[in-house]
Amino acid sequence: MSLRTSPPEDLVARALDGDRRAVGRLLTLVERGGADAETVASLTQPHAGRAHVVGITGSPGAGKSTLVSQLVAGIVDNGTVPAVLAVDPSSPLTGGAILGDRVRMADVDGVAFIRSVATRGHAGGLALSIPGATRVLDAVGYSPVIIETVGVGQVEVDVTAAADTTVVVVTPGMGDAVQANKAGLLEVADIFVVNKADRPGASDARRDLELMLEFSHVTGQENENYRPPILMTNSLDGDGVAEVLSAIDTHRRFLDDSGERAVRTRRRIRFEIENRLAMAFDVTLAQRLAEPATEALIDRVAQGDLSVVDAAEQLRQMMLGSREN
Amino acid sequence: MDDGLSSGTEAAAPIRVVLTKLGLDGHDRGIKVVARILRDAGMEVVYLGLRQTTDSIVAAAVQEDADAIGLSMHNAGHMTLAPAMLKAMAEAELEIPLVVGGIIPEDDVQSLSDAGVAVVLGPGAPSEEVVNSVRAAVAAA
Amino acid sequence: MTDRPADTTDGAGSSHDREGDEAYQAWREAYDGAKLRDVPFETMSGVPVDPVYGDGPYPGQYPFTRGVHASMYRSRLWTMRMFAGFGTAEDTNGRFKELLAAGGTGLSTAFDMPTLMGRDSDSPWALGEVGRAGVAVDTLADMEDLFADIPLDEVSTSMTINGPAATVMAMYVAVAEANGVERGKLNGTIQNDILKEYQAQKEYIYPPRPSMRIVTDMVKFTTAEMPRWNPISISGYHIREAGSTAAEELAFTLANGFAYVEAALAAGEDINDFGKRLSFFFNSHSDFFEEIGKFRAARRIWARWMKERYGATEERAMLCRFHTQTAGVSLTAQQPEINIARVATQALAAALGGTQSLHTDSFDEALALPTDKAARIALRTQQIVAHETGVTNVADPLGGAPFVEWMTDEMERQAEEIFAHLDNLGNGSILEGVYAGIENGYFVGEIADSAYRFEREVNAGNRIIVGVNDFTEGDDSNPNLLRIDGAVEEYQRKRLDTVKRDRNQAAVDDALARVTADAEDPNVNLMPSIIDAVRTYATEEEIAMAMEKVFGTYVEKAIV
Repeated sequence: MSLRTSPPEDLVARALDGDRRAVGRLLTLVERGGADAETVASLTQPHAGRAHVVGITGSPGAGKSTLVSQLVAGIVDNGTVPAVLAVDPSSPLTGGAILGDRVRMADVDGVAFIRSVATRGHAGGLALSIPGATRVLDAVGYSPVIIETVGVGQVEVDVTAAADTTVVVVTPGMGDAVQANKAGLLEVADIFVVNKADRPGASDARRDLELMLEFSHVTGQENENYRPPILMTNSLDGDGVAEVLSAIDTHRRFLDDSGERAVRTRRRIRFEIENRLAMAFDVTLAQRLAEPATEALIDRVAQGDLSVVDAAEQLRQMMLGSREN
Repeated sequence: MDDGLSSGTEAAAPIRVVLTKLGLDGHDRGIKVVARILRDAGMEVVYLGLRQTTDSIVAAAVQEDADAIGLSMHNAGHMTLAPAMLKAMAEAELEIPLVVGGIIPEDDVQSLSDAGVAVVLGPGAPSEEVVNSVRAAVAAA
Repeated sequence: MTDRPADTTDGAGSSHDREGDEAYQAWREAYDGAKLRDVPFETMSGVPVDPVYGDGPYPGQYPFTRGVHASMYRSRLWTMRMFAGFGTAEDTNGRFKELLAAGGTGLSTAFDMPTLMGRDSDSPWALGEVGRAGVAVDTLADMEDLFADIPLDEVSTSMTINGPAATVMAMYVAVAEANGVERGKLNGTIQNDILKEYQAQKEYIYPPRPSMRIVTDMVKFTTAEMPRWNPISISGYHIREAGSTAAEELAFTLANGFAYVEAALAAGEDINDFGKRLSFFFNSHSDFFEEIGKFRAARRIWARWMKERYGATEERAMLCRFHTQTAGVSLTAQQPEINIARVATQALAAALGGTQSLHTDSFDEALALPTDKAARIALRTQQIVAHETGVTNVADPLGGAPFVEWMTDEMERQAEEIFAHLDNLGNGSILEGVYAGIENGYFVGEIADSAYRFEREVNAGNRIIVGVNDFTEGDDSNPNLLRIDGAVEEYQRKRLDTVKRDRNQAAVDDALARVTADAEDPNVNLMPSIIDAVRTYATEEEIAMAMEKVFGTYVEKAIV
């Protein structure tokens, strides 16, 4: 039977048996959303929860793909098989995308499981599909699961919310640290990496980060037992990669020992529920707005019989009513 | 059950194509143009770049759950390399179309089709032909 | 060569008053000192023409916009250098001998893809590519066959190879010396332009910096020991083929040239010494005046930068001498015979642009490697330009025309913008700027953007390509194509097996260990140990791997 027409139940069984094609297919179902994605989520959840999830983000050109490929090689050397979700933007005009992160991971793609993910134009969708995809990879035994995103925007903050450990990569001399701060990435960072540390300005970038950490109330300061380290790497020749791996491990142990992992897990569940609901409400809202009753309300506002505020309130009451049925 | 949760993100999913060069041939002008043509037609192109082996291409197509594999060939090696690719795909039970483009003489097109190549795109194939033939091959698979 | 014909005119246009024009007097002196070809310099109707028209600086005068010699093609036509190579070394050797018998003196060698990538014919990577796009060279034994019975002290050999250039040049030296020809007498050019590989052609082995060390070692070695050898041919051809604009081709190529100069200067070389032995290789595409402007601007920019930025004092070290090839990418698979007309206009642009040598493409190259007949037609095409059109009678015949001068200035302006960007990227070093542009994807990104823009214009019908998106009726031809049979691959593998069996393995291992050791020490020139290694019949791939152990490999970032 072709995998293309296999029901999710079969695919999950095959994936748990180690069939990589089935894993690939399950990720597609998760990405498409809908009923199949929900089935996959339910079926994989009992098997998930073992993998450490690492988010890696930073501005374009920071050398993340090369760094990830070296981290993956180091992880494989340590005896586990990781998976990577490499997120790249879709074109806002056409919905298409060119996903090129595998090129830099060529030497590890026979061992690790690497999946390129396009944002498909809506951050909300990604906020749903990334936790779902992570759950699949976790369930079938990959660990850690690394989520790599490009850029320093809201998408990155959303995506890294799915991670246990978030690594923010900056490069010297590009004002990366400032950008990361503006985007709110400093609040979510557990580890900072100054990549291309052989370049001029590397120590300036490090100092910028240290200053920003001092002056802002960030994650590390919430917990007196953990302060985000700032590491220097040169992913071209692999300098500092072992230190990043070790820092990820240190953070993992911190999460376990301090009870912070439970806090983060709850936060992640809350975030996923919130996203699912938000998306559902968006859909319901869109449906409601397309109904004739809405048109009638608009007519009344246009004729001056009703205020905009009252029209919106009436619609809200109608929507709440319909949910209660 | 129309609660929105089910229908939330379900939409016509983009076609995913693994696009690559097999072997040593480094002529990548054509493949880069094709990558953009497919992206601009709304497809997701997983670009593997240069110097791939049949094994690395199969591994990528499996992990990416690709709907098709596109190979660009400019080194007159297509009569050896395209069948090698098909063989590797068959061994991995990858039931997706193989699209080959590049400098392919007219005489070889039939042989490649007979061998199982879904689409052969010659030099100067217009964008619509590229897009439509990939769509048709994916739909037929 | 004969005595000069009675000159009935005074040169440079008789309407000018030449009294007190010192540049003119200097040009006149140079022209008068030059040997001229024994042909009438007049139109086909018998009208005598001057050797140059218009204003100075004249041809052969700084900044050489108007040409590198005072007399240009009146003294010597461009070299008609046709690139050839296929099948086994013996096959190509046969073609070389035919060329020499027909009066040619320049040999041009194309290698197959595995050889270009430093892979042997028995490598799994070589499958399907052995002997296809050029000749296969695995060991010195193949090079011995390739140049068997050819007097290497009399011919000039051009070898188009980059990644493993040092090994192939070492083999050439070893073959010559085994035949009693000293390396100092060898005349030729090896492409060895590694920077454009990262930007366009993608035939690299190691990362940019160690690759540049090899190039610099070759420059030093040839400067010291092979004074008649050109160690780098800085090539824009592939940049253009990959889709760049004319100005990008010009700017990226010259910037690469500046980078080699900076690397050689840093290694302590004398600019007047190695500057003379740098040559260039450009594309001649279809937009006639743009190409001519590009060629003229190339000479002017190079001369100015060599003199003003790098301190060259000898004029010969400021000359941008270049080979040209017509644009392979412009050839269409549709109605292939009409490519002959494209090649003709591109060849004419190269001649009007003052090229030193020219390869004209064969009309069937959009379909396959050229047949003998198609290659002959291509050669005939440039012979028509050289002998029938009369454009060779006058140096820089378009110089002074407002549009041509404007186009030359415009090409220069666009190129200078790009140099400024690279200079800035490299904090005042073009070499560092080029490294940075390779690393951050600048070059490949710009090239891909330009290629896509062109493609969209063609696709939208805004740009007409005859036979492709307009005038398409009549595509009924099915030309005979060259087929290379698979037997070459099998033959070459067997030959490699035999060579490996018969050689002294201990000597090979020792020699390879020395190559690795020398690679580890940046202060040692790699050439001597590579020459010793090829003499043991170590293979090209073995030598490449001996260095790769130290240098690593390069994977390009995906810039699409």
